[in-house]
Amino acid sequence: MKNFFKTIRKNKFCYLYLAPFFILFGIFVIAPVVMAIILSFTSYNLTQPPRFVGIANYTALFFSDSIFTKATVNTLTMAIVVGPFSYIGALILAWALNELSPKLRTALVFFIYAPSISGNAFIIWQLLFSGDQFGYINSLLLNWGFISEPIYFLFDTKYMMTVVIIVTMWMSMGTQFLSFVAGLQGLDHALFEAGCIDGIRNRWQELWFITLPQLKPQLMFGAVMSITGAFTVGNVGAMLCGNPSTEYAVHTLVNHMTDYATVKYEFGYACAIATLLFLAMIVCNELIKRLLKNVGR
Amino acid sequence: MKSKVGAKAYRSIGGNIGTFIFLLIIALFMLLPLVFVVSSAFKPLSELFIFPPKLFPMNPTLDNFKDLSSLLGDSWLPFSRYIFNSLAVTVICTFGNIIFSSMAAYVLSKHDFPGKNILFQTVVLSLLFSTVVTGIPNYIIITKLHMINTVWALILPLLPSSLGLFLMKQFMDQMIPDTLLEAARLDGAGENRIFFSICLPLVKPAIMTLLIYSFQGIWNSTGGSYIFDEKLKTLPTALNNIITSGISRTGVSSAVSLLLILPPIAVFLFAQSNVLQTMATSGMKD
Repeated sequence: MKNFFKTIRKNKFCYLYLAPFFILFGIFVIAPVVMAIILSFTSYNLTQPPRFVGIANYTALFFSDSIFTKATVNTLTMAIVVGPFSYIGALILAWALNELSPKLRTALVFFIYAPSISGNAFIIWQLLFSGDQFGYINSLLLNWGFISEPIYFLFDTKYMMTVVIIVTMWMSMGTQFLSFVAGLQGLDHALFEAGCIDGIRNRWQELWFITLPQLKPQLMFGAVMSITGAFTVGNVGAMLCGNPSTEYAVHTLVNHMTDYATVKYEFGYACAIATLLFLAMIVCNELIKRLLKNVGR
Repeated sequence: MKSKVGAKAYRSIGGNIGTFIFLLIIALFMLLPLVFVVSSAFKPLSELFIFPPKLFPMNPTLDNFKDLSSLLGDSWLPFSRYIFNSLAVTVICTFGNIIFSSMAAYVLSKHDFPGKNILFQTVVLSLLFSTVVTGIPNYIIITKLHMINTVWALILPLLPSSLGLFLMKQFMDQMIPDTLLEAARLDGAGENRIFFSICLPLVKPAIMTLLIYSFQGIWNSTGGSYIFDEKLKTLPTALNNIITSGISRTGVSSAVSLLLILPPIAVFLFAQSNVLQTMATSGMKD
């Protein structure tokens, strides 16, 4: 015990430097996660003290909440399409960009990255997909004679999911994309020359045996960024198609959670959804880590 | 001869052309909607609803921006109040973000002490805890701390940025040689001195990157459900109210979008090379 205090005192400076960040980090990042897990086993409306209900929230979610089932299917659909696109797509784009001259590359990197930092500007897609003849896409299709009357892209359940996925993809070339672009620029050229001597024949072999193994640290980081992005889609569907959307066609788990907390004040239930989302993201991250071990073999 | 064996070996011309066309199509897909934002912002009402729609305005006008200022003039508070709030929050948070992240990153990167690994692993894991998901439990915490509807609710939750600390620490790991710090220590420099006069100047690219990230994040943040007092609301809140009010105001809402996306995009353009330098060290080890 005496030793313990001695080490603390010896490293006093370290802990002083860590304190501002980690105190706030504890309150606003870690505590919410821990609290979400604990409250997910309670019924809580913010004014009365939480009441322990065991796994009732989870059984309700899985067995008697049909909107939750729908939201889960929607979220998984989006995550399965948008996640790999924003990950593998970003990698392919970064790799292709790396072949260009630096000036052209800088310009294209900016164009591709720009949508991800443009906040709510995705609302412009409402104009493109608008359900009357003034919607740009409808007007093109009408003009070319593909359709005889406008399609309700934002309200017809047949099209809503596709529209939301397209818009989310448009915004998904964020941090991981920059990380891949930067990582590819910093690769060791000696290894490419060695590969050439060792009999690498085309750009695909080069990618798999030389480029990707060197890029592995960036690939790990990018996976985290893509997963968080893919599982937390919610705002796009709600703003383009309304909340709730027609027949909950683009309702996601994030929407469902927000509804239960802000409209119904059932915070325990909302926390159960948050806990499931954390769990899904952690499992997904572990899976990708395992997969990445096989790169270059 | 050596140049032929470099990174550009074994490339077919057809493949190169294919790559270029592929990139051009993607870039167009990414860029076109933003072009529409700009063009709709300058279109007069008569041109917004013509069939078939035109890509560029025939008679560009500033009407949408004038309408915007009169719409905002009708709201409860003068426009300048929202701008002041946004600027104040953005400056305070960005500064706090950079200084807190750098301090913690410096210690995590260059010192050894009990608990170091677990702290950093927690930060890495927390990259997965998006604010979208922690928003609801965070609301409970802010309520319990009696910070709802105060300026603290706008600032404090935005200060600890896992991504900022992570990027800063990785950058310091690779860009600050331990021998340099050792030499400074031998010369009798204290830890504070080492941090402020040696470490910080060396991590300028990472500081610029954090600046951009916090600027984007905070500039677009609305305080959402934490704030209902109109006096404390920020610019995006005021402008988003206009955006969400429907298609009939397409021109005005494009003007709003344009105003909101210009600052982050300008800041990014200004510091793009710094960001890429920082991202080159962003990798994660097993």
